[in-house]
Amino acid sequence: MSEFIQHVINGLASGTIYALVALGYTMVYGVLKLINFAHGDVMMVGVYVGYASAKQMGREFSQSFLGVCLTFLVAMFACAAIGFLIERFAYRPLREKPKLTALITAIGMSFFLSYSFQVETKVFGLTILPGAAPKAFPEIIKPTEWLVIGDRAIVVWNWQVISVLIAVALMAGLQYLVFRTRFGMAMRAVSFDHRTAGLMGIPVDRVIAGTFMLGSALAAGAGILYAVKDTLVQPLMGITIGLKAFVAAVIGGIGHVPGAVVGALALGLVEEFVVGYGSSTWRDAVAFGFLIVVLLFKPEGIFGKVTTEKV
Amino acid sequence: MGGIIRGLLPFGVAVPVLLLMQFLTADAPFFVILSLTVGVNVTLAVSLNIVNGMTGQFSIGHAGFMAVGAYIAGVVSKVVSQYGISFLPEAVSDQVLYGVSLTVGGLAAALFGFLVGLPSLRLKGDYLAIVTLGFGEIIRVFVQNTEMFGKALGLSGVPQRTTFFSCWLIVVLVVVVARRIRRSTHGRALLAIREDEIAAEAMGVNTTAYKVRAFVVASFFAGLAGGVFAHYQSIVAPSSFTFVKSMEVVVMVVAGGLGSTTGAVIAAVFLTLLPEALRSLFLQITGDGSMAQKVEQIRMPIYGLLLVVMMLVRPQGLFGTRELWDMGPFKRLFEGRGGRS
Repeated sequence: MSEFIQHVINGLASGTIYALVALGYTMVYGVLKLINFAHGDVMMVGVYVGYASAKQMGREFSQSFLGVCLTFLVAMFACAAIGFLIERFAYRPLREKPKLTALITAIGMSFFLSYSFQVETKVFGLTILPGAAPKAFPEIIKPTEWLVIGDRAIVVWNWQVISVLIAVALMAGLQYLVFRTRFGMAMRAVSFDHRTAGLMGIPVDRVIAGTFMLGSALAAGAGILYAVKDTLVQPLMGITIGLKAFVAAVIGGIGHVPGAVVGALALGLVEEFVVGYGSSTWRDAVAFGFLIVVLLFKPEGIFGKVTTEKV
Repeated sequence: MGGIIRGLLPFGVAVPVLLLMQFLTADAPFFVILSLTVGVNVTLAVSLNIVNGMTGQFSIGHAGFMAVGAYIAGVVSKVVSQYGISFLPEAVSDQVLYGVSLTVGGLAAALFGFLVGLPSLRLKGDYLAIVTLGFGEIIRVFVQNTEMFGKALGLSGVPQRTTFFSCWLIVVLVVVVARRIRRSTHGRALLAIREDEIAAEAMGVNTTAYKVRAFVVASFFAGLAGGVFAHYQSIVAPSSFTFVKSMEVVVMVVAGGLGSTTGAVIAAVFLTLLPEALRSLFLQITGDGSMAQKVEQIRMPIYGLLLVVMMLVRPQGLFGTRELWDMGPFKRLFEGRGGRS
């Protein structure tokens, strides 16, 4: 029983991280009806930015509260900028083109980001691109046991608590933004029908760019939490996590914000159980198996609404 | 009767030419190996073009079907290579058994194409892309966990049977099949689905059935390509069939022009030879392997950038849906024979 509870705790902790990434997918899908394949890779870039800034701050400072906040903020701002650039130069020119065109662009972008980071590049001794070798992420949150029950039967780590708290705070902030602010209202209008929203005087371009920046910033936060948990960072991490988060978004019903969170938690739990009671080598196949099952029986996801195609 | 003869004509030309080529290149092993790599990639690109180009679906898991073909053909070949067909000379018997294993591998891949295609082709474009991608990954993880397929180390000891002739005969076969599909009722149905699925359905095209058929044909040829690959590498490792391999094929199809068979062929040949050429060029200039290694690393980001730039400036690809024989000097060459597509 205690083993089961331990798995539930671990599953929920990794599920919240997937949830943050999944929110980015689902928001962008909501406003653009586009799957932003590069989302996971934007997250990876954010992790490397966090890595670099934590290294710059030095061991002492980066472990202080201010240092941790700064690491998160720098990474989130950098990712927001990258999200903006990708939207502006790769997706916006294709908005009125067939959907396949945008999909190919997104896949190309993902490929470009993740593989260019594998080419080690130095300019004047300064590392611009890190290269393929995995790097150890600085210990910005020193792992300690936060709660121990019984004879180490159940252990809750401090980073699990912190990442759940940060994730919940970010999600609450998002919920507030989407449902209580003017920008959120504009976002919902664009998601409903971007052409009509434009006619009503909503600056569609700006709202879409804002959505991209928001999603990318959330992804950067998630990425750093993941790096703290996993301790190793490498350029291809974005593809794996991105795909899992995407699966989570689809399970919850893509375009539906709370659905993405539920889907991500479910995925985190299922994955943890497979690893815990089955074999860890199957870990990466779980998400896709789960996805295929959901798509077969409920293709619109748990909370998604059935849409009928009209001419 | 005339139709059958016309249908066999390409092979009547190709078989002697390929046999002659094989005879001429017998003492140029480097050329043969390079041509086999090119041949496998051309087969993959042309077959993927049937799904991605003609039908307008977006599959990004082609390496998964290739893996099925490679592993099944490899296992079958290892088993049957212990036997021989007694009334045939050894070399001929080997080739016959090789052909049998390739066919089994191709059929296995086609079966998987059917299994994946049937449920997932009811889904719209982006979902399909993810499911095919997921399928490719699941196959890889499955192989990595199965004793029979050698787990992560891969299947070794597959007999080396691939010859220039057999590899390129499959290339000719896939090109002919793609061209004939394109010009048939099937092809028109596929193109209709690509242009507008709802309109196609309203016109009485059974969209799911046609999509699944396109998928099965494409995965069959991907399986053949995998079998050919297995029989010249002699070792089949899961690392050969990652997402990267699928993307490579997608880039070839997109660059060549979605829907253009000749475009896919040219892009596949070009994109396979270019890195090789650059590598040997750098090796000659600098003398050491460091620059040559960089070529391999830089290839992937460039592919990604190529996709993005291609979509921005020329979304229809190099050739669009046109074929080589539709344009310029070639047009006159082919004009005499029958109508154009």
